[in-house]
Amino acid sequence: MKKLASGKSKKSISRRGFIRGAGLTTAGTVVLNSGVLAFEHKESYPKGDLIAEGAVEIKMKVNGLSRTLSVEPRTTLADALRDQLDMTGTKIVCDRGSCSACTVYLDGKPINSCMTMALDVGQQEVTTIEGISSGEKLHPVQEAFIEHDATQCGYCTPGMVMSCVHLLKHNSNPTLDDVKHATRGNLCRCGTYPHVFKATLSAAEKMK
Amino acid sequence: MEKRKEIFPFGIPGHNLSEIEREIPNDEPPAWPVNDQLKEVGKRVNRIDARAKVTGEAKYTSDMKLSGMLYAKFLRSNIPHGSITSIDTSEAEKVPGVHGIHIITKNKEDGMVGNEYPEIKYVGQPIAGVAAESLSIAKDAVAMIKIEYDPKSFVIDLEEAMLPDAPLVFKEPIQRQEDGGDVGVVHDGSKGQGNLRGPTTSSFYGGPRGDLEKGFAEADVMVENTYRTQVHTHMPLETHGVVIDWKPEEMLVYASTQNTAGVRNELANYFELPKSQVRVICDFMGGGFGAKHSAGSFGPMAAILSKKTKRPVWLMIDRKEEHLAEGNRPSSIQTLKIGAKRDGTLTAIQQKSHGTAGVALGAGVGRIAQILYDCPNFKTEQYDVLTHAGPGAAWRAPGNVQGAFGVEQAIDELAEKLKMDPLALRDKIDKSEVRKVERSRGAELFGWSNRKPAGSASGIIKKGMGVAQSCWPRFVTLNSSIEVRILNDGSVEVRGSVQDIGTGTKTILAQVVAEELGLKTTDITVRIGDTLFPDGPGSGGSVVTQSITPPARNAAYEAKMKLFNQIATKWETEASKLEAVDGFIIHKDDRSKKIPFKEALRGMRTSQISVTASRSNDYGGFQQPWGLAYGDLGSVQFAEVSVNTNTGFVKVDRVVAAHSCGRPLNMSQLESQVNGGVIQGISYALYENRVMDKGTGHFMNANVDQYKVPYSMEIPEIEVIIVEEYGALSSTDAYGIGEPANIATAVAIANAVYNAIGVRIYEIPITPASILKALNKIYE
Repeated sequence: MKKLASGKSKKSISRRGFIRGAGLTTAGTVVLNSGVLAFEHKESYPKGDLIAEGAVEIKMKVNGLSRTLSVEPRTTLADALRDQLDMTGTKIVCDRGSCSACTVYLDGKPINSCMTMALDVGQQEVTTIEGISSGEKLHPVQEAFIEHDATQCGYCTPGMVMSCVHLLKHNSNPTLDDVKHATRGNLCRCGTYPHVFKATLSAAEKMK
Repeated sequence: MEKRKEIFPFGIPGHNLSEIEREIPNDEPPAWPVNDQLKEVGKRVNRIDARAKVTGEAKYTSDMKLSGMLYAKFLRSNIPHGSITSIDTSEAEKVPGVHGIHIITKNKEDGMVGNEYPEIKYVGQPIAGVAAESLSIAKDAVAMIKIEYDPKSFVIDLEEAMLPDAPLVFKEPIQRQEDGGDVGVVHDGSKGQGNLRGPTTSSFYGGPRGDLEKGFAEADVMVENTYRTQVHTHMPLETHGVVIDWKPEEMLVYASTQNTAGVRNELANYFELPKSQVRVICDFMGGGFGAKHSAGSFGPMAAILSKKTKRPVWLMIDRKEEHLAEGNRPSSIQTLKIGAKRDGTLTAIQQKSHGTAGVALGAGVGRIAQILYDCPNFKTEQYDVLTHAGPGAAWRAPGNVQGAFGVEQAIDELAEKLKMDPLALRDKIDKSEVRKVERSRGAELFGWSNRKPAGSASGIIKKGMGVAQSCWPRFVTLNSSIEVRILNDGSVEVRGSVQDIGTGTKTILAQVVAEELGLKTTDITVRIGDTLFPDGPGSGGSVVTQSITPPARNAAYEAKMKLFNQIATKWETEASKLEAVDGFIIHKDDRSKKIPFKEALRGMRTSQISVTASRSNDYGGFQQPWGLAYGDLGSVQFAEVSVNTNTGFVKVDRVVAAHSCGRPLNMSQLESQVNGGVIQGISYALYENRVMDKGTGHFMNANVDQYKVPYSMEIPEIEVIIVEEYGALSSTDAYGIGEPANIATAVAIANAVYNAIGVRIYEIPITPASILKALNKIYE
């Protein structure tokens, strides 16, 4: 029963899997009350190989620099960035992959860093909000966010910027629907969306 | 105080703009003209802290990391009602990395019946806290604390809680201001019986009016219905919390709060410390919406743990705790009866409401029914129903959002009975001049004339249009001060305890000071959110702008006059002959005589001029002396919806929001706030709902993924109209917009849904199920 640890790619071990088990008591109550699921369900996890106990030291490439971190198996990438590297631009809001405030790129692809274990990053390159501008020069999306007042409390802003920068990298001529689609996982409680849309469309124009 | 006379702009540009003479205190600045003639104020000025936000550099309380800091975690109750018989922390204490554990015990005022642990009254009530070297260790230790409960029966449902044999939440009379935060209202929990407390029958606008029976007898038409609103939570992205470093000489507190001075006062009071030894800082704050005025239980817990461990303690609660225990907008069940004459004149309004703020009070439905429309006969009875659920807290326009949901549907129903257009009826019964302008400008932009009769749309997807109005009082916190410092290199600093919770307070302070000193907004450094500086208002009730921008302008003006006096002596003239424009100080009579602002202080004896100022009463006086200004912060919002009559799915396509806030200070920030109010209103109307399990007393969707809110795909086109309105009431004549932005949206949507399908929905959230039920497409 060692196939999860050795047989499958490490990258596919998501935190969602762990949470599903942990949250079962609550979820089970809902389902049982509505009378849909009338049997007991127990999840059992295959045991993996023991790699190390407690915290281990790893190297991680973050915003172009190689960094040394000490992480436990349960340390998420979001926690590692915030607690170990003091890169607090990456925010933790829902801590279960439903708000995108913790969006970073792994090899250029946006992911939820609260759902990614630090140990699973491996050789992949991490880009955070702190790595979006080049020195003092802001990215056009960041400039447009300032110009179009696309921030209120600002707590969702890093995640929003990450989503919009990624969109413009792959689509230089986006429509309003494209921008909505790109930010569809980003929760903003202040309701700043209309200005985020405007800012991103305007940045796309300026980048042409 | 010596006074002088000044001529001020008065009225609404493009409608009835005129002038008015006011007597003002001598040390306050001359009248500003209308915004068209100003350089920084009223413009689309970029938020001065936006760069820090878009780069991730902005440090919020949750981002704080102090040397030697410990992380704390609460242990919370897992049962809704009962007493704790024992707490065993021995295993938790042994966890390596745990430095301190604190168990909450009763206060003297709780009474000393039973053991020292407070009775549990809701799931999520804090019991103990652990401080450890990491959050993971703190969580591990919390899980190892053993608690034994003696559970008692409980009640979650509002209507069941009112039954005579319902389990009681409080046996004793209570009188608390933990009140859903309705501004200026003390909720009396001593009246009433069992879980039913109240009624509240008056507000600061007075009590019942006229003769209700006579009013209804005079009515030609009558509307009577019951409207229901749900409990929903604030869900700010940054949760409640603090980082506290309690040193012998000072308690240093970083707090995610809407009121730094208030939190300082609470902690000083709680620990019997002088206010001068508690410093509260909030530089960036990740949303509050009314729930973050207090030090809560997390403040004292972190302070005690910091004192015990002699280390700084980080205590931010998690998402689930946030939903369970740190505030919600109370529910309401409101019955409204409105009578009117054939021509629309209202003859009587009777309102009765019940709502639950869980274990707290404050479930009233505001003052909308009392004051929005002219009506000689009025009576209200608003009851709080206690339940075993987390406490309510102020939520953007407390009371008025629920109240508007009833009143503005009833007015819509009345218009239909009278065969009048809903806007025409409001023209008849609403005496507000600014809402009249908002109705007409809003209707034109929205295309109200294209509205079809209710239920007349054909096809599966039916479109509908609705409108609703709001009002919110103009509150002024008179205990509001700002310090302005001009340094000898010409740089300018603004200081205050007032915090920017994302509304743009930092920026408007910079704009106002820049305008007064003839500088650019970007020339001004704003340091606020720190109780080291003069006390400002809490960010609630839309009070900030009118409370803190006049002190800022007054302080800048006084500092400028001090500077002018020094320069006038050098130039052998009088200070009144000088002005500050475009970065220069200029002699008005001889404009060749000028000096760059940056050089003005050079060679002066002291290296800075510093003035702290507050504000006087409104120039025209107050409606009520404690700081209730004349006029209100009204709005008119229009909504267009599509209702899929096969699936029951409602989509908001478009909203036009016409608002006023006196003199607008920053157009883009105002638009942001109105957009936010509208989107939260859409969320309230269609999505959000706290789902409680009656069998266990647990909050079932206390997370982000199951607690439904709109994301980008649900955002309609929103157009904002800001109507300038000059009242000549203070040195800036500007007001906030936070609360009014959120009041009318949900009911405008309900009215639009009715217009689309021809069946009225009396309860929010309006879900696909409620639409299908209304259309008789599902059977129970």
